[in-house]
Amino acid sequence: MTGLQSTGDPFVRFQEVQKSYDGETLVVKNLNLDIANGEFLTMLGPSGSGKTTCLMMLAGFETPTHGKIVLDGAPLNDVPPHKRDIGMVFQNYALFPHMTVAENLAFPLHVRKMGKAEIEERVQRALDMVQLGIFGGRRPMQLSGGQQQRVAVARALVFDPKLVLMDEPLGALDKQLREQMQFEIKHIHDNLGITVVYVTHDQSEALTMSNRIAVFNDGIIQQLAPPADLYERPDNAFVAQFIGENNKLIGKVTAVDGDQCSVELDSGEKVAAMSISHAGVGQKSMLSIRPERVMIGDEAADCDVQVQAHVQELIYLGDHIRTRLTVCGREDFVVKIPNSTDRAGLVPGNEISIGWRTRDCRALDLPDNL
Amino acid sequence: MTATDIQNGPTGAIVTADGQPLKVSLARALRRQRLFALALVAPLFIFVTISFIIPIADMLFRSVENSIVEEILPETVKALESWDENSGELPDEAVFAAMVADLKVAKANRTNSKVGQRLNYERSGMSSLFRGSGRKAVRIKEGPYKEKLIKADKDWGKVVTWQVIKQFSPNLTPGYYLASVDAMQTPDGSIQFEDSEKAIHTKLFVRTMIMSVAITITTLLLGFPIAYLIATQPAKISNLLIILVLLPFWTSLLVRTTSWIALLQQKGVINDFLVLVGLISEDGRLAMIHNATGAVIAMTHILLPFMVLPLYSVMKTIPPTYMRAATSLGAHPWPAFWKVYFPNTVPGIGAGAILVFILAIGYYITPELVGGTSGTFISNRIAFHILNSLNWGLAAALGAVLLAIVMVFYLLYDRIVGIDNMKLG
Repeated sequence: MTGLQSTGDPFVRFQEVQKSYDGETLVVKNLNLDIANGEFLTMLGPSGSGKTTCLMMLAGFETPTHGKIVLDGAPLNDVPPHKRDIGMVFQNYALFPHMTVAENLAFPLHVRKMGKAEIEERVQRALDMVQLGIFGGRRPMQLSGGQQQRVAVARALVFDPKLVLMDEPLGALDKQLREQMQFEIKHIHDNLGITVVYVTHDQSEALTMSNRIAVFNDGIIQQLAPPADLYERPDNAFVAQFIGENNKLIGKVTAVDGDQCSVELDSGEKVAAMSISHAGVGQKSMLSIRPERVMIGDEAADCDVQVQAHVQELIYLGDHIRTRLTVCGREDFVVKIPNSTDRAGLVPGNEISIGWRTRDCRALDLPDNL
Repeated sequence: MTATDIQNGPTGAIVTADGQPLKVSLARALRRQRLFALALVAPLFIFVTISFIIPIADMLFRSVENSIVEEILPETVKALESWDENSGELPDEAVFAAMVADLKVAKANRTNSKVGQRLNYERSGMSSLFRGSGRKAVRIKEGPYKEKLIKADKDWGKVVTWQVIKQFSPNLTPGYYLASVDAMQTPDGSIQFEDSEKAIHTKLFVRTMIMSVAITITTLLLGFPIAYLIATQPAKISNLLIILVLLPFWTSLLVRTTSWIALLQQKGVINDFLVLVGLISEDGRLAMIHNATGAVIAMTHILLPFMVLPLYSVMKTIPPTYMRAATSLGAHPWPAFWKVYFPNTVPGIGAGAILVFILAIGYYITPELVGGTSGTFISNRIAFHILNSLNWGLAAALGAVLLAIVMVFYLLYDRIVGIDNMKLG
C-alpha cells in the first residue's frame, strides 16, 4: 500500500456481515473487511457476486441481515442514509435533471443549511476541481457523458464527506473517456486524501486506480490484495481466471516439497509448480501461468520447465503477437510475444518448444467448471 | 468520390450522374414515401373531418345563425329597414301591410309558429302572438292593416314587438351568445345582464369550473400515491395494480354510476353502516347523493384512471437512484421527495390534471344521474336545450363558450407550465 499508514483502528470495518434478500440464500456470506483512512479500495467481481450489495449496505440503502458495519469508530447499522455523511457516485450519475449543475452541487450544502456565500464558494471550487468552472448554469442534460460524470463526482465530494462510494461510475462511458476519467478520479483521490470505496466489474479499472482490490465471488471475498499481488500471485483459481488472461493446465499433485509441488499433467508430463491452494497430494489441481511469462525460442532453453507446443494461430496486435498453441493436450494455451522478438519458426502448424519458470506457475484449486 | 466528381449543371446547381437536377431527383425519390404516408393518414383524416371538424363548424355557425326571420318574414324585414326603432312610435302602414302579407304566406306554409318560437327566445309571448295572428291575418283582406292587425292582437300595437322583430331580422345574431352568459340586447342596442339570482348559465358555468377543479384535485390526491406505488413496486405487483386501476373501464359507466347511488343514498350502504356503528343518528342520515357531493365522489371514481395512468408513466421514468442520491447527499427523505422526486413528476401531474379537468368539464351522464339539482353541470343544460327546449342555437352557443373556456385553460397551462412539459407516456 503506497503512502498509507496503518494506524490501529480501521476507518471502515465490515464485521461478520451477512445479507440475504429472500431468507433462503446468502448474497453476502460472512464478510470481514477493514478499510484504512485515505485508501482507495475497489470491490471487483462479476455481477451477482455481492459487491454492490456491500456498497449499498455501507451507504445505508440495504440493511445487513447479520453483522456490524463501523465507520470512523461508530457503528452504522442504525444510522439512516442521510445522516451517514457518505458521498456517493451512482452508475447513471443520478444528477437531478430539473436543477442546473450548480444547483445540483449546492443541494447537499443547502440541506446542511450553509450560508449563501459559503455555498457559492464551495460550488465554484468543486466545479473548478473537475474543470467545469463555466458550466454551472447548464442543465445536466446539456452536458456530455464525461461532463455529467465529473459533475456527479464533484457533487459527491462538495460537502466533504467522510467517505466516497462509487458504484460502477464509468460504466456508461466509452473506452477512451473511461480511461481518462480513471486517471482524473485517481488524481482527485490522491490530491484530497479521501477514502474511496469503488465498485466495478472491469478489472483494468480496478488495477489502474486502487490501493487494494477485494475480488468478490459468490458472496465471499476471494482475495484482498494490492493490484500487483492480485495479478502476479493469485490465491485461487477464481482470481487467476478473473484477473487478466490465464493459461490453465490440469493435473494431479504427486508430491509437495516446501513451497513447491510436482504435478503430473493429464497428458502425462510432470512439471514443478508453486504449491498454493491445491487440495493436497493425490488431488487434482489447476496450474496457472500468465501468457506473458511463457518464453519461446532461445529464452525457453533457460527455463525450469520446458514443453513442446504446436502452433495453432497467430493474431497480430501491433505491440505484441498473440499466439494460440496446443500445449500438453490443451488447445487454449495463449502466449503473448513482444513484437521485438525474433519470430523464427512461429508459423501455424509448426512444433516449437516453450518454457516457463517454476515460480511463474502456480498450483491452484480445481474450479467446479473444469 | 472526390470533390471534382460532383457534376454541376449549367446554373451551378448540383445534378445527378444522368444530368437531372438533384432537387428534382430527390423530390421524385421521396414522392412515393409521401403518398404512402398520406394514404396511412387519409382514413383517420376523413373520419375526423366528418365526425369532428364539420359538426363543430356547424355548431359554431348555428350559434350565430338567424336567417329564419328574414326567410319567413321577407317583406316585413325589408319594410322595417326604414323604421327608426328608437323613435318610440309604431311603424307605418306599409310595415303592417307587409307583415299581414308575410303572415298569410307563413300560415299557408305552416311556418308562422316557427318564427314565433324563434322570437319567443328573445321575448316571451311572441310564440303565441305569431301562432294566433297567422289565422287572423288570413281574414284581413284589405287595409287599414295597422288598425286591423292591432285589433286582432293588441301586442302588435306595442313598439317593443316591432323592435324585437327588427333587432333579430339580420342573418347573424349575437343573441344566443348573450343568452349563454345571461345577457340580452335591449332594443336600444345596450347589453343588459340578468339579475344574479336569475343568471342560470353563469351560475352553471361557475359551478362546472369549481366542481371540475375539485374533481381534478381529489383525483390528484388519490391518484398520486397509487401511481407512486405502481411505479416503485416490482413488475409482478405493479401489473396487478395496473389491472385494478383499469378494472373500472371494463364495467359500464352506467353500472358504476348507479352503484354509487346504492352506496351513497340515504337508505344506502354507507349511511346504514354509519347508523349501525352509531356515528350518526337515524334522523341525521347524510345526504351524499343527488347533490354536488355525490357528483364529485362518483366523477372522481370514474376519472381516477385518467390521472393515475399519465402519472404512472412519468414516475416510471424517474430512476430510483434520484431519491437515493438525494438522501446520500444528506437530505431527509421528506425534503428529498419534495425537492427531487416531486418536481420530476410535474409533467405527469400536468397531463393528468388537464385530461381529468377537460373530461370533467364536459361530463354529462354522471351529473345527470347523481347530481340532483345542486350537482348539474353546464353540459346538462346544453342537453336540455338540445332535447327538450329545442333551442339548438343557444345549445350551440353554450357549447362554444365551454370550448372557449377549455381553450383558455389550455393556454393558461401552456403559459404557466409549458405544454412541452406534458408527458402522457
